[in-house]
Amino acid sequence: MAQVKLNAVRKTYPNGFEAVKPASFDIADGEFVVLVGPSGCGKSTMLRMIAGLEDISAGELSIGDSVVNHVDPADRDIAMVFQNYALYPHMTVRKNIGYGLKNRKIPSAEIDAKVAEAANMLNLNDYLDRKASQLSGGQRQRVAMGRAIVRDPALFLFDEPLSNLDAKLRNQMRIEIKALQRRLGVTAVYVTHDQVEAMTMADRIIVMNGGVIEQIGTPSEVYHSPASTFVASFMGAPPMNLFDGHANGSEVHVGSTPLHRHAHQGKVTVGIRPEDIVPDVTGPLAIHVNIIEELGAHRLLHGHTAEQPVTIHVAKDYPAAIGPMTASIKPDAVSLFDTATGRRL
Amino acid sequence: MSVSTRRFRWSAVLDHSILIIGSLIMILPVVMLLQMASTTDVHTMKNGPGLGFGDQLPVNFDKAMFKADGFSGENTGLRMLYNSMILGFGFAIGKIVIGMMAAYAIVYFRLKFATLAFWVIFTTLLLPLEVRILPSYEIVQKLGMLNTYQGLIIPLIASATATFFFRQFFRSVPEELVEAARIDGAGPIKFFVDILVPLSRTMVAAMFIIMFVYGWNQYLWPTMITTDEGMYTLVRGIKQITQALEGTNLPEYGRSNLLALIAILPPVLIVIFFQSWFVKGLTESDK
Ligand SMILES: Nc1ncnc2c1ncn2[C@@H]1O[C@H](COP(=O)(O)OP(=O)(O)OP(=O)(O)O)[C@@H](O)[C@H]1O
Ligand SMILES: [Mg+2]
Repeated sequence: MAQVKLNAVRKTYPNGFEAVKPASFDIADGEFVVLVGPSGCGKSTMLRMIAGLEDISAGELSIGDSVVNHVDPADRDIAMVFQNYALYPHMTVRKNIGYGLKNRKIPSAEIDAKVAEAANMLNLNDYLDRKASQLSGGQRQRVAMGRAIVRDPALFLFDEPLSNLDAKLRNQMRIEIKALQRRLGVTAVYVTHDQVEAMTMADRIIVMNGGVIEQIGTPSEVYHSPASTFVASFMGAPPMNLFDGHANGSEVHVGSTPLHRHAHQGKVTVGIRPEDIVPDVTGPLAIHVNIIEELGAHRLLHGHTAEQPVTIHVAKDYPAAIGPMTASIKPDAVSLFDTATGRRL
Repeated sequence: MSVSTRRFRWSAVLDHSILIIGSLIMILPVVMLLQMASTTDVHTMKNGPGLGFGDQLPVNFDKAMFKADGFSGENTGLRMLYNSMILGFGFAIGKIVIGMMAAYAIVYFRLKFATLAFWVIFTTLLLPLEVRILPSYEIVQKLGMLNTYQGLIIPLIASATATFFFRQFFRSVPEELVEAARIDGAGPIKFFVDILVPLSRTMVAAMFIIMFVYGWNQYLWPTMITTDEGMYTLVRGIKQITQALEGTNLPEYGRSNLLALIAILPPVLIVIFFQSWFVKGLTESDK
């Protein structure tokens, strides 16, 4: 078990591209941290620096109590699960899981016991003597997990481990991985570009964009109080509504509708989650609905207000109709961003 | 009993006739060798090759394997077969080992001039043995390796072809496998032995066939390097075989033809033995 500390860690690739700008954060012992962001934002690079697969260009990384900038991946007491599983195709499942232990010169009786235990935990008993190349995607995923577990690492690293699975299996594995991590109490860093995975699995989420950390917070913080317009639009499906607004020092207007009280003055971006806009015949917000999206459990209404696009989340029994409607905003549901910087006010 | 429901088609008959005729034409010389090897020399002398198989195969086999020409009496068929085996295996294994290791260094290590080194190795394809035979001979001679197995094998085992194929193969091995192995604590040698070599086994089999046959059929180089009769290979010994045919005495048809058969047999066996791997190596990958 270990905590992880990053102090101004950055990565510049040999071609001069700065994939991770100086990043500092701490991960507590036993915490499940999810790194999330769009493709190419530097998540994998960050994870691979923690793993030791990529040199750290500057800054300091410590795992447990020691700085590990120059420690070999094998000696960092980590285990990693890769997106394509990276199993050794010519080895049996048993050998795949035990290979790391064998290299550590652990007696074979002990390896057998550990492999058996991991196989039990992951329902792999029937496959132990199959070659890795003869397994389905989900089974490979489990073997990759097994390989990580038997090492008893201080830190689990996952790089989009579920993205090659179908949706159903993904949901199932998501829960399983989280439960396993809880049970073993091992610190985990999990990379994904799927914000649902991030929300459901994380103790804390780190949102990255363009090599920069946009926000670090619990899923609820990140969701309800996004630190920037980027986070607001990245997290949540559908994303937060963002309106161009104007603040006059006491009130914030979108179009001519006053929506919020704030002392800021100037151009602002007003963010409101779709579920925080509620149909209300006396509400201040005039909306014209263009499209009704039926999602079974609820409905999404897409339309315009003050000539800006808006999405509203309504209950499945709400009598939605194309055309004008009015709505109000739940109290404390407004996020305000400086339009110029994109940062939260 | 099941009745075949497949329709009889004349085109299938035609196809098969062509194939059968083709294989007969290919196999006929071998049958001829076998026929002449199975009769007495006198019979062959009188009648030429024919269809009459005799019962002299054991006698001729004994002569082919254990009788020697020349002065030393060392170049028996058995001895030449042994030498050919050493050359074939040494050549193939040497080329595979060297080619794999060179490709490993080029693909997996951050060497400054790896690409340059690779292309230098590659351009040696333009310098086959025949082009550099004099300097090669001189080196072998100065190293005192004439008439030795080392002299026969070592100058030939650097292989641009094998290096090239293994390089292409290694480059197609997913990067994550290397990284997983690093995390699993496999150093460079362990990774090579535990993972890369087993993954390459179909490739190795394919290379082995090609290289074994290539090495087995070497003629020019053994002719230059070996003057000692005890070092002759079968293919080089063919000269002796044909000389026997031109002798003033009764030519030894049986013995010579049997030796020729023995010379083509091992490559055929190797191909048959490895062929399923060979096809696999060329078509399917295990990664
Ligand atoms: N070896 C490299 N040399 C130069 N640039 C690189 C290298 N590897 C990655 N990059 C760049 O660094 C950036 C971050 O890459 P990274 O793989 O960390 O992205 P990611 O967030 O994991 O994306 P994805 O979700 O697509 O996996 C990308 O813009 C990529 O082009
Ligand atoms: Mg990635």
